[in-house]
Amino acid sequence: MKFLDPRVNRLNLPKEYNEGFQQAEELDQWQTYEVFHQRSRGEQHVHVGCVHAPSAELALLFAKEQYARRSKCVNLWVVKTADITPSNYEDDDIFVPAVDKTYREAYGYKVRPLINTFNQSSSSNISSKVDIQEIIGSNGKKSYIIQKII
Amino acid sequence: MYGSLSIVEYDNHGKKYHEEDPKKLAEFEARIERGEKIEPKDWMPYEYRRQLIRMIEQHAHSEIIGALPEGTWITRAPGFKRKLALLAKVQDEVGHAQLLYSAAETLGKSREEMINDLISGKSKYSNVFNYPAVTWADSAIIAWLIDAGAIINQVTNAKGSYGPYCRALERICYEESFHLKYGYDSVVHLATGTPTQRKMVQDALNRWWTPIMHFFGPPDKVSVHTEILMKWQIKMASNDAMRQEFLNMYVPKIWELGLAIPDPNLKKNANGVWEYTEPDWNEFMRVINGDGPCNKERLAVRRVAEEKGRWVRKALLSPNEKYVTPLA
Repeated sequence: MKFLDPRVNRLNLPKEYNEGFQQAEELDQWQTYEVFHQRSRGEQHVHVGCVHAPSAELALLFAKEQYARRSKCVNLWVVKTADITPSNYEDDDIFVPAVDKTYREAYGYKVRPLINTFNQSSSSNISSKVDIQEIIGSNGKKSYIIQKII
Repeated sequence: MYGSLSIVEYDNHGKKYHEEDPKKLAEFEARIERGEKIEPKDWMPYEYRRQLIRMIEQHAHSEIIGALPEGTWITRAPGFKRKLALLAKVQDEVGHAQLLYSAAETLGKSREEMINDLISGKSKYSNVFNYPAVTWADSAIIAWLIDAGAIINQVTNAKGSYGPYCRALERICYEESFHLKYGYDSVVHLATGTPTQRKMVQDALNRWWTPIMHFFGPPDKVSVHTEILMKWQIKMASNDAMRQEFLNMYVPKIWELGLAIPDPNLKKNANGVWEYTEPDWNEFMRVINGDGPCNKERLAVRRVAEEKGRWVRKALLSPNEKYVTPLA
């Protein structure tokens, strides 16, 4: 067979390459590893994708070629995809608190309305008397004792 | 380098649109409407999954096969710097295929199945790669204009609804920007060079103009209706819309170099729409179905690579095995 590309012609391909071929079997392309990429020290590792590899060691090498080609990278993690257990998007209600848990949030505490209500009711319903005593000290200075009498 | 549903094929065996669970379908469509991404484990209609697998897989194959017409020029690249750049570009393209295969795998088709379908000729790849890169100038035109078309395509598709595909495309587009500049630089160098160099690049442009016009797929008026695919944000722009965008961006740049585009009817009309001679769509269909100048040799090269690499992959598959000295 004559090809247009001279370099392909020089391969001297045997005829059978143009006919049948052996099907790639399962795991021919190995298993997958998930890749986590750290841009600079101190930052989080961020998931960037996956690679097919026969071992963790080679997965690191492929991850470096694939994901650290252009952008800055100081560290990579690879994890077997099979070792990751994801939660299910369809179960997203697991992230919604089942009962009111505002008691564990700062915004869950509001005292001002109570105080206001209390103050309004105290001024209208409860009549209180105030007793003021004037005291003159030994140095001649005046001071007061103010007492609320209900 | 390339990916779109420029030709839509429907499947009569799988679940039809109206056979889907209406409640789930409505939730799914509302989510896309809100601009949320669909993730692999989410519920999705049968046809959404099928069309996406087909599109992403074809895109991945195009990256692999697209590396061949350019890859053949690595050893003959003029100058060390261009050799390095072309080497990096071709490695990028193969890397893009890895990203895309992984994205397609998330939808449930294994990489082995995709490789088998490519080699047996069942799966398609971008039609342009069934044409030869006859001279160095052809590889320059590919790197500039085919990559330009691919970028238009991919930037559009990166806004689509399927999360893994969008993320892969974002990474790919970032790398493609160098390809475009490298290709432009190579073409400019030839176009501003000696008369022989100018002739070389003009000849290459003449050879590649039809494939470039084919690149975005058949005109909207003859292609199968794609409303549902547009609604599901699998296909993000029509073939003609992307072709117009390409012409608008690149025809002026080509003319600026004093190169002639082999279409006497090419012009921008008063409404800002490009008019052109429709390329031969029969040729397009003929080539995509296997009868192009390079279809056979592209697949033959892939087969050789698969066959010759198999023992390496097999050997690596069980790294814990130890060599034992034969007993007798």
